[in-house]
Amino acid sequence: MRGERVIFEEGQPGRTNHQHAPDSASLKDLPPTLLRSTPPPLPEVSELQVVRHYTRLSQKNFSIDTHFYPLGSCTMKYNPRACHVLAMLPGFLNRHPLEPDQTGQGVLSSLFELQEMLAEITGMAAVSLSPMAGAQGEFAGVAMIGAYHRQRGDVERVEMLVPDAAHGTNPATASLCGFRVREIATQATGDLDLDSLREAVGPQTAGLMLTNPSTLGLFEREVETIIDIVHQAGGLLYYDGANLNAITGRARPGDMGFDAIHINVHKTFSTPHGGGGPGAGPVGVSKRLQPFLPVPMVGCQRDAAGKNHFAWVGARERPQTIGQLSAFMGNIGVLLRAYVYLRMVGGDGMRRVADHATLNANYLMARLTEAGFTAAFANRRASHEFILTLKPEMDRFGVSALDFAKRLLDYGFYAPTIYFPLLVPECLLIEPTETESKEELDRFIAAMVAIRSEAMENPALLKEAPHHVPVPGGGLGRLDETRAARKPDLIWKKRD
Amino acid sequence: MPFIPHTQEDVQSMLSTIGVESLDALFDEIPTTLRSAPPRLPPPLKEMAISRLMRERAGKEGGALAFLGAGAYEHHIPAAVWEIAGRGEFYSAYTPYQAEASQGTLQLLYEYQTMIAGLTGMDLSNASLYDGASATAEAVLMAVRCSQKQGGCVGIPATVNPRVVATIRTLVSQLGIELVEIESCPLTGAVDWQRLAGYPQRDWLALLIPQPNYFGVLEEVDALTNWGHAQGALVIGVVNPLSLGVLKPPGEWGEKGADLVCGEGQPLGIPLSSGGPYLGFLACQTQWTRQLPGRIVGRTEDRRGQVGFVLTLQAREQHIRRAKATSNICTNQGLMTVAATLYLALLGPTGLARVATACHHNSKQLQEKLTGIVGVEKGYDGPFFHEFVLQLARPVESVLAGLFDRGIIGGLALASDRLLVCCTETKTEQDRDRYAQALEDVMKESGG
Repeated sequence: MRGERVIFEEGQPGRTNHQHAPDSASLKDLPPTLLRSTPPPLPEVSELQVVRHYTRLSQKNFSIDTHFYPLGSCTMKYNPRACHVLAMLPGFLNRHPLEPDQTGQGVLSSLFELQEMLAEITGMAAVSLSPMAGAQGEFAGVAMIGAYHRQRGDVERVEMLVPDAAHGTNPATASLCGFRVREIATQATGDLDLDSLREAVGPQTAGLMLTNPSTLGLFEREVETIIDIVHQAGGLLYYDGANLNAITGRARPGDMGFDAIHINVHKTFSTPHGGGGPGAGPVGVSKRLQPFLPVPMVGCQRDAAGKNHFAWVGARERPQTIGQLSAFMGNIGVLLRAYVYLRMVGGDGMRRVADHATLNANYLMARLTEAGFTAAFANRRASHEFILTLKPEMDRFGVSALDFAKRLLDYGFYAPTIYFPLLVPECLLIEPTETESKEELDRFIAAMVAIRSEAMENPALLKEAPHHVPVPGGGLGRLDETRAARKPDLIWKKRD
Repeated sequence: MPFIPHTQEDVQSMLSTIGVESLDALFDEIPTTLRSAPPRLPPPLKEMAISRLMRERAGKEGGALAFLGAGAYEHHIPAAVWEIAGRGEFYSAYTPYQAEASQGTLQLLYEYQTMIAGLTGMDLSNASLYDGASATAEAVLMAVRCSQKQGGCVGIPATVNPRVVATIRTLVSQLGIELVEIESCPLTGAVDWQRLAGYPQRDWLALLIPQPNYFGVLEEVDALTNWGHAQGALVIGVVNPLSLGVLKPPGEWGEKGADLVCGEGQPLGIPLSSGGPYLGFLACQTQWTRQLPGRIVGRTEDRRGQVGFVLTLQAREQHIRRAKATSNICTNQGLMTVAATLYLALLGPTGLARVATACHHNSKQLQEKLTGIVGVEKGYDGPFFHEFVLQLARPVESVLAGLFDRGIIGGLALASDRLLVCCTETKTEQDRDRYAQALEDVMKESGG
């Protein structure tokens, strides 16, 4: 496949899509000083050129619909088409956010039920759907913890505890909320180091942010003790829902004692990742944080005739809220997809999700270690994901996790997450999800084994990979990221 | 089992490979006290049943002829936009960590960055943020970082969308940044830059300038930009990108141009969807590149000199910098960026200018019609883009209720006697006449 020129290079001055250009009218009542003197620099291309260009670009992507995508910590499972089609019904798409609630009973009733279902799944007292992404859900959760302490006059609690294995968003969020970040060590077993935690807590502790199962793909076995230590010190517990897919229907963060959690609906509830968004990051809380939930939320009132009326509930009704996180009501189109998914899967189905996600991960781990790979935590049960360390391969053949990742692309697999978590050297974090078949997993195992043989015989093959991406017989070699950062070329300019 | 491919035989053979008896045994590390029953959810529905339910619910939605704007705008979306954006290769991919397997998304984002930079007159743009309000909050945080000052305040005119201001308050309130409201002129509905001279001396970090502003009115952006710069503030333009088809790009405001530009990208091919998902954009001049939050795509080469695209300048981001990152943002608004890029490519410079012009023309026509009705006056004198304020001699709520009975949502109530009305290219002369007739009837009725 030839390199696709940028869309600007396809254009010709004067080429106009009249189909999309209303008849010309006048602007002459506006002061000329407020107007453009030259037309905006956009491409001048035909509709066919646009359709062809972007269809071709799409074909250069790996995606769940085209490839196994075992990207650890991202839960890249199948996005059912029904969720998309039903969320894109014209009635839902065309409604303005400021229309009266009475024109939105369809969407509001769905969102109200979603709030209730997510509270039941997570064991939390209440849920707000308004955060627009996981990181914004984290912000809301940590901001609520801050608001709780402030409301009690407990203003000395300025420190947020974060395990050293945590996602980068955890410490970044804590900083954004004005907290000092203190890292807690992880033991060699993969469990959080309780001594390190006991040493860290005190009257300055606002809370602890914990992912469970952790980013190491392990259930935190001492979670009850951890929660006791932090609660007894007066801190609150934040649950990062990144790995909820591992335990849904098997255990609930609310039962563990967490005070605030966020949910990545684009992971556990199968809404699309869209090339990096939009997601949605609903937050759930225990009773004591309920008044601080971000607005708007959806309320329901039953009239005398027994009919439900759904309505947005805002800061007026919820004066202690941390506030609104977007101009309107969050990523409703994404939430509708999650609603449809949950209605199709049901409660027992959500347990089956965790069961088979865990089955697939443990199967892959067993087969790959049998084939000679080294699991970072071989004596532990994997959750829905697990870590291989390629340190032995690095030592013996001089090939890195990056080399392996790039070579996997040649075999038609998107690469697992690499170099995260930071604690394990040369790591691959592998998350197959429940929607992959045994046959697909077996093909992946075969590819891993084949690449390991190549590493032994011809390491250059890995070091120079990829060779056949996006399509066999052609494509790009490994792209120079250092050059991109050193000499940033961030927008297209006409070149001679 | 929905979406799970395993047969009983698969499960048995996989369990035996792992060396456990049952699926339950896979969860043996969870303390027994914490193990739960499956959640109690409504019984699962087949695709046919959920389709029927959702179609019924969608059928209840909307239906009225709406003249609403206030930050979200109805526009015609070319059919090709969502036909392409809905392709599985865009829809079901993730953040392009493996660049070679994500060239589609990456090149598209590079083209998007080019289009946004071009529209706003800035040197570069990031690969998008969640929505316009959160992008504006990020712009404020960025301006504070760029200024490298301790303390100081950010000027926010009373003409900025109050929903955007509320979001800024939520997102920056944790960091103790002082937000100072700058009043607007009750006659024009815009900031009166000549009165700014009388403002008490302050240490201004940044000044927001909305264009068009919340009331639809056009601000005197050149004078405001110059004033902001004279105070040592960074100027943040908060703009409707569709209006930039005809309005002066912020990069050309005043003598030096705005420093940062942000706003809501929803008008660019994104459906109203009761409020989201939308698209935040943030662009800036080169000197601020390394303070820009969010994903950024750059062009580079492979070892044979072939052009390709990668995520770049990642040293700003949370997965590298952790607690010292420019933002906690992890994703951009990928799929919405696909839609906006397709929209801008399909319209081109002429199409975008004509849509913007038609919006202005239609709203001007509507304003003239409506202000010809007894008891209906212009709210402001200032020039406007595609929204305007009406002053009503009757209580707005009852007028809106009367219009709603006639199948029309007449606008957004700003106060008991003030109504914000929007009219885009989608409203035909017939639609405008229908509104005018209905309003005339309602004004008479509620007067009686």
